[in-house]
Amino acid sequence: MKALLFRDLKLAFRAGGGFGLGIAFFLIVVILVPFSVGPESGLLTKIAPGVLWLGALLACLLSLDRILALDWEDGTLDLVATSPLPLEGVVTVKALAHWLTTGVPLVVAAPVFGVLLNLPPQGFVWLVTSLALGTPALSVIGTFGAALTVGIKRGGLLLSLLILPLYVPTLIFGAELARRGAEGQDITTPLFMLAGITFGVIALLPFASALVLRMNLR
Amino acid sequence: MILRVKDVSVARGGVAVLEELNFEITPGQALIVKGPNGVGKTTLLRTVAGLQPPLKGQVEAPEEVVAYAAHSDGLKTMLSVEENLRFWADVFGQSNIEKAIQAFDLVDLRSRLAGSLSAGQKRRLGLARLLVTGRPIWVLDEPTVSLDAASVQLFADAVRSHLADGGSALLATHIDLGLDVTVLDVGPFRAKQGDAPVSGYDEAFL
Repeated sequence: MKALLFRDLKLAFRAGGGFGLGIAFFLIVVILVPFSVGPESGLLTKIAPGVLWLGALLACLLSLDRILALDWEDGTLDLVATSPLPLEGVVTVKALAHWLTTGVPLVVAAPVFGVLLNLPPQGFVWLVTSLALGTPALSVIGTFGAALTVGIKRGGLLLSLLILPLYVPTLIFGAELARRGAEGQDITTPLFMLAGITFGVIALLPFASALVLRMNLR
Repeated sequence: MILRVKDVSVARGGVAVLEELNFEITPGQALIVKGPNGVGKTTLLRTVAGLQPPLKGQVEAPEEVVAYAAHSDGLKTMLSVEENLRFWADVFGQSNIEKAIQAFDLVDLRSRLAGSLSAGQKRRLGLARLLVTGRPIWVLDEPTVSLDAASVQLFADAVRSHLADGGSALLATHIDLGLDVTVLDVGPFRAKQGDAPVSGYDEAFL
């Protein structure tokens, strides 16, 4: 397990590993939004939490098909499936590696990008909290999508379409938590809902991912 | 560590390809599966390795004894030869990779990136992986593809010493390894229905 995690992290940081893809995309979205909505700062402040969350979600989506597709292409998945590692553990480690290389950089970069969008000062804590709490769910759900579409040549489009509806609840409550935080409102409900979604998918989805992966390997 | 295949039928893409196979592999024995392209050798090997369930019958083997090697070697091009082997050794809970590096003559290549190896060298690395699994039953699908004569000899030696150590092997190969082996021609076990393989489609699943 540990070997798999370290290998995935090592691969992500080596040339062509795709580390930085998500963060670069996030940066592009955040920089372009002020140009497209215009210079009215009140408007920008109002939409900042939503834009940051949407940008983070799309950045995450961008790298999903790398989670399992590369291991499928070079035969690693077949060999891992015949190894002592349980597939449930393998997909969990894969999701964790994806979160560490995509989710964590987004969480770290979000406050900086928040400045670009004129996010109110009290909003930063909740923006970071909501992303830190929500991005693991994005990685776990994304791994499920990757397991569903593994073996389909260039299945990126199908993967995105399958995953988008599953991402909606996380986006709604994540962005709501960040928005309420920024406006100084009560954050209890979206906080608990977001935490519930994240812990729920972490507990359940690896089993579903392993099951579909096993079927796809046949 | 006896592996028994009892009345097994296997299917590729939902269509039965081989039926009613019976054989067993005992320690020290190597069994070579022969048959024309598309007959279902790969499917049979994948079934024995536990990657897919048999259509009928059963494969009897203790848990976690099979080391499987297929057409793709599961190598990461951005990792070095040593890192690739180290990873698989860790996955299988082994620590010694030196023996594997020596056996397949990878000493000079150990710090090269796997992506910069030739096809034959990659294959050697893929086969060296078998030695770091520590598993007694090797299930190998066309292990000698892209190997030159000297490398085939290295591979034959590795199989020979594996058998001498009480291991066993099930191989699908067309070349003579110079080993004392039992040959199983699966041609006669071809499934009656769903025969007419469409070329191209069929090859893709080998």
